[in-house]
Amino acid sequence: MTRQAVAAGISALALLAGAPALAEIRIGASLAITGPAAFLGDPEAKTLEMLVEELNASGGINGEEVELIVYDDGADPNKARTFATRLIEEDEVVAVIGGSSTGATMAMAPLFADYEIPFISLAGAVVIIDPVQEFVFKTPHTDRMACEKIFADITSRGLSRVGLISGTGGFGASMREQCLSVAEASGVEIVADESYGGSDSDMTPQLTNIAATDGIEAIVNPGFGQGPAVVTRNYAQLGLDLPFYQSHGVASDEFIKLAGDSANGVRLPATPLLIPDQLAEDDVQRQPVQDYIAAYEEAYGEKPSTFGGYAYDAFHLLVDAIERAGSTDPVEIRDALEATEGHAGVTGVYSFSPEDHMGLDLSAFRILEIEDGGWTPVEQ
Amino acid sequence: MSELLQFLVSGLTVGAIYAAIALGFTLIYNASGVVNFAQGEFVVIGGMTAAALIGAGVPVWIAAPLAVVAGMLVGVALYRAAIRPAREAPLVSLIIITIGASIFLRGAMQAVFDKQIHRYDGFSGDAPLRVGGATILPQSLWIIGGSIAVFAFLAWFLNRTRAGRGIKATASNRMAAALVGINTGRAMNLSFALSAAIGALAGVLATPVTFTSYDVGVLMALKGFSATMLGGVGSPLGALAGGLLIGLIEAMTAGYISSDYKDASAFVVILLVLFLRPQGLFGARITERV
Repeated sequence: MTRQAVAAGISALALLAGAPALAEIRIGASLAITGPAAFLGDPEAKTLEMLVEELNASGGINGEEVELIVYDDGADPNKARTFATRLIEEDEVVAVIGGSSTGATMAMAPLFADYEIPFISLAGAVVIIDPVQEFVFKTPHTDRMACEKIFADITSRGLSRVGLISGTGGFGASMREQCLSVAEASGVEIVADESYGGSDSDMTPQLTNIAATDGIEAIVNPGFGQGPAVVTRNYAQLGLDLPFYQSHGVASDEFIKLAGDSANGVRLPATPLLIPDQLAEDDVQRQPVQDYIAAYEEAYGEKPSTFGGYAYDAFHLLVDAIERAGSTDPVEIRDALEATEGHAGVTGVYSFSPEDHMGLDLSAFRILEIEDGGWTPVEQ
Repeated sequence: MSELLQFLVSGLTVGAIYAAIALGFTLIYNASGVVNFAQGEFVVIGGMTAAALIGAGVPVWIAAPLAVVAGMLVGVALYRAAIRPAREAPLVSLIIITIGASIFLRGAMQAVFDKQIHRYDGFSGDAPLRVGGATILPQSLWIIGGSIAVFAFLAWFLNRTRAGRGIKATASNRMAAALVGINTGRAMNLSFALSAAIGALAGVLATPVTFTSYDVGVLMALKGFSATMLGGVGSPLGALAGGLLIGLIEAMTAGYISSDYKDASAFVVILLVLFLRPQGLFGARITERV
């Protein structure tokens, strides 16, 4: 008898033994596992699959097994909405994680209020949680917070006149707007504002102009993908020595590899995931960060990314809420989720409230400086 | 003054990359009248292959030629598998086939390589050279030199060699060329092989400056195609001039006006040129007899 036949026999027996005894908690996810946002969805899906396996191996939630149903929406809002409907109506999930991109998230969001199912998004934009929607939560910090964190570091160095060089892609454009809107309140003045296209290969003209601006004291580069690495190389090529800031969008070892020696001295806001061994012993995030990295490396043989970390936090927040609710009723899970207080994740420490469905403050970001090809936390 | 010099250096570097891609377009067009939209993919194949080999510890002077050969082989395979079977089809169909091939190659590269962004160190190091008040990367000199070398080779090959003239004759009138004894199949084969090699060479030279990943081919092809149109389709001199001109316009706009108008200003110039000189700056006026 082949192994499949044995397996089939056993599952048939299991069915005969009576399905109700094996009650399952179903959790749905719609992620951009392929397509243009695959770098987000791929580590997110891997993280969720790893966590479900881990959870079931240790007895599930309150003794009940968890089943994860994942769909690949390829960051297409239309598909995401279709999959969200299918998850709710056919798969009868108790909660949904996902929307790797803001577009997919916003397309799905209205459904969850209609069906009263809690939803945790893994996308960045402020619009997801501002205004607050009853059933919609999110785990990543916003680009507005990244700007505030960078500006706080700039003013703490006694500087205030900032030049922006932003990518024209979605991420760079959105963060540029947020930086412009919080600049005044943060005590900095934007004295130069340049941009570049996502596939541009030389930004020395823009940097030359910024460097020639009167009284310029620091440069900030909101952007994503290869652009910021090119800007960093051009910055070194021109021999500029102004304090230089990148965004959380490039907070990965990949960026250091691409920018090479030019990256030394660059500062950026990032999650503690990049500095697992440099976190203080009494840091509440030390344990989750080290657990996640160890488990992910064992399962997939590679380092987890910041984006996988968003999924890690979403899953743990949800499991925690289901445990506290002591029920699989979606509305009770939502209420428990909103009551989350001081949950230490890998991205930050979450405390949700009826007014705040992201639950992070600026302390979730750490300012890191690149030194000799590695990350060093900057003392605040 | 040093600012102007820096903008010039930037424009020439970027322009030389566009020119190298445009030269690849020129050759296939000269042989078949086909605009090969998979040209950007050859650039990526060159860059990705070189990055993978160098990452595996192969010295750059072996990896670079191997990457060019890899691009050339894919070019020949593209011709044999997709273009030759459809050689009786109208031109538009052939152009659409190249679009399909570009989508296929992009998918294949995700599987063969990965979805990460890659780069490797410049051939002569990454320490910038100071020229006047401006700085230039040694790799930029490689790129500019490479484009000029490819241009010189093409100008010589198409006008001074039997094989090159065969390619031009094939494009002009395939049946007549076959009747006077030119092996038109071989001419087409050769033109695909060479233009893929030129594309791959552009990728190999540019990757230390521009980086590469499986999906940058489309944008590369778009810029290269614009350069081809500006300079005049089918003219190697036009491809070189068109590429450099677009690079310079972009750098000057970013430097003196606003980086927001960089791409727009390049396209405005292209439109103006095409209104006033539809055949492009160096293109021959084409008259079709009916």
